Amino acid sequence: MKKSLLIAAAAALSLTLAPAAFAEDVPYRTLDEIVEDGTIRIGVFSDKAPFGYVDENGDYQGYDVYFAERLAKDLGVEVEYTSLDPASRVEYAATGKVDVVLANFTVTPERAEQVDFALPYMKVALGVVSPEDAPINDISELDGKTLIIVKGTTAETYFTENAPDVKLQKYDAYAEAYNALLDGRGDAFSTDNTEVLAWAQVNPGFVVGIDSLGNLDSIAPAVAKGNETLLNAINDEIAALGEENFFHADYDATLADVYGDAADPEALVVEGGVLE
Amino acid sequence: MQDLGISILFKGTNFLRLLGGLGITLKISLISAALSVPLGIAFGMFMTIKNPVTRAISRIYLDFIRIMPQLVLLFIVFFGATRMFGWNLSNEFSAIFVFAMWGTAEMGDLVRSALISIPKHQYESAEALGMTKLQTYFQIIIPQTLRRLIPNTINLVTRMIKTTSLVVLIGIVEVMKVGQQIIDANRFEYPTAALWIYGVIFFLYFFTCWPISIVAKKLEAKWKN
Repeated sequence: MKKSLLIAAAAALSLTLAPAAFAEDVPYRTLDEIVEDGTIRIGVFSDKAPFGYVDENGDYQGYDVYFAERLAKDLGVEVEYTSLDPASRVEYAATGKVDVVLANFTVTPERAEQVDFALPYMKVALGVVSPEDAPINDISELDGKTLIIVKGTTAETYFTENAPDVKLQKYDAYAEAYNALLDGRGDAFSTDNTEVLAWAQVNPGFVVGIDSLGNLDSIAPAVAKGNETLLNAINDEIAALGEENFFHADYDATLADVYGDAADPEALVVEGGVLE
Repeated sequence: MQDLGISILFKGTNFLRLLGGLGITLKISLISAALSVPLGIAFGMFMTIKNPVTRAISRIYLDFIRIMPQLVLLFIVFFGATRMFGWNLSNEFSAIFVFAMWGTAEMGDLVRSALISIPKHQYESAEALGMTKLQTYFQIIIPQTLRRLIPNTINLVTRMIKTTSLVVLIGIVEVMKVGQQIIDANRFEYPTAALWIYGVIFFLYFFTCWPISIVAKKLEAKWKN
C-alpha cells in the first residue's frame, strides 16, 4: 500500500477534522435539488480497473460506473463524474462536494461516522491463489505450509489470528509477493479476492482455490452525513434493482472478462442490498 | 512486445487526453506562477522592513507555508473551507490559491535574499542623490536584483509545474493522472504500458520546462549589463 500517501492523508484529515466543532452545515444537495438541477455529481475511481476507470476514448467505465449510469437514468438526471483517490473519498462525500461516492468504498465503522452508507452492492473477502498442480482448496490444507502475504493487509491480520499453524512469509509490496509465488518460495498467496482473481486470470498455471475467506467486507455507495432523501432514493434503487438481478448483469458486463470463467459471481455480487 | 507498449498511445484519444492533462497542469502552474512573481516581489520587500512586527508576520507566514506539505494545504483549503465556513470552492481555484500562496512565500524569500545582497553603498548613494525610498527601490535596487533572481525563479516555476501533480488528490485530472488512467485501463492487456506512458510524460514535462530555461538564459545574458 502507499504508506506515504495514507500518512499524508491522515495528517490532512486530522487537520480538517479538528475545527469540526464549530463547523457550518455541510452544503450537501438533497434529492429534490439534484433532480431540479438535472445533474448528479458522482465520485468514482478513474484508475482502478475494472471497478472505475477511463477507457481509451476518455469515457468512464467499470462496475461502479455501470451502476452510476443506471442510478442517474432512473433518477432522470445526467451524471457528472469526479475522479477520486482512495485517500480523498471520505472527505468528498462528507463535505458534499460530490453527491454520491461510488468508488469501491468498503464500509467500516470509522467511515460510517463521517458519511452515510447506503445498502451494499458488492462484497469482498480474502482469496487464496496457488499453483494449479498443487492447489489449496481449503484453509486446512495450509497447515504446515508457507503462505505469502503482504504486510499491513487484512490477510496478515486474519491468518495471524486464525491460522497459527500456517507459516507466513511477509512482503512489503504486491509485486514482490507475486514474484515470490511465481518463484515457488511459498505454497500460496492470500490477499483480497478481487485482486487474486484478476491476477490468476492473466497468469496461467495458477488457480484461486479459495475465493471467499475471512470477514466479509461490504462495498456500498456513500453520501454526506444526514442526506436522508438521497440515501433513501439510493436504497430504494438498490432494492428495486435486486428484482431484475441488475448487479449480475453489471458483473457480466464489467468483471466477467477480468475474473474469467473460474470465478464465481456469487463471491462478489450483492443483490438487493442483502448480504447472505 | 515493445511496439505493443507504444501502440496504446495511439489507441482512441489517449495521446490527446495526455495533452489535455498537460494543458490542465500548465494552466494551474502558470497562473499560480504569474501570481507568485509580483506578490513574491512585494512580499520580499515587506520581509526586508526592519520592524519586529512585520518581521514576525513574514517569518510566521514563510515558515507555515514551508513546513506544511502542499498536500495538506490543498486538503485544508479545498475541504476545510467547506467544513468550517460552508464555502464550496472549486478544486481548480483551491489549487491555484495554494500554489500561489506557496509561490509567494518561496519567491518572497528569494527576493529578500537578492535585496540584501545589494551592497549597502548602493542604498546610501541613492539617498545621497536625494532619491526617495521608492525611487531607490524601483530605479536602483530592483533592476539589479532582477538578473540575480532569474535562475532561482525559473527553478521555482519548473518545481511548481512538477509539484502540481499533487492536485489529483482534490480530484483534478492532470497529465500524471491521465497517464495512470491509461496505464490502469490497459494493465491486463499491456502490462508494460507503464514504462511507455511515463516515458512520454517525461518528454512532455521536459519540453515544457526546457523552453522556459532557454528564455531565462537569454534574459540573463541580455540583462548582464
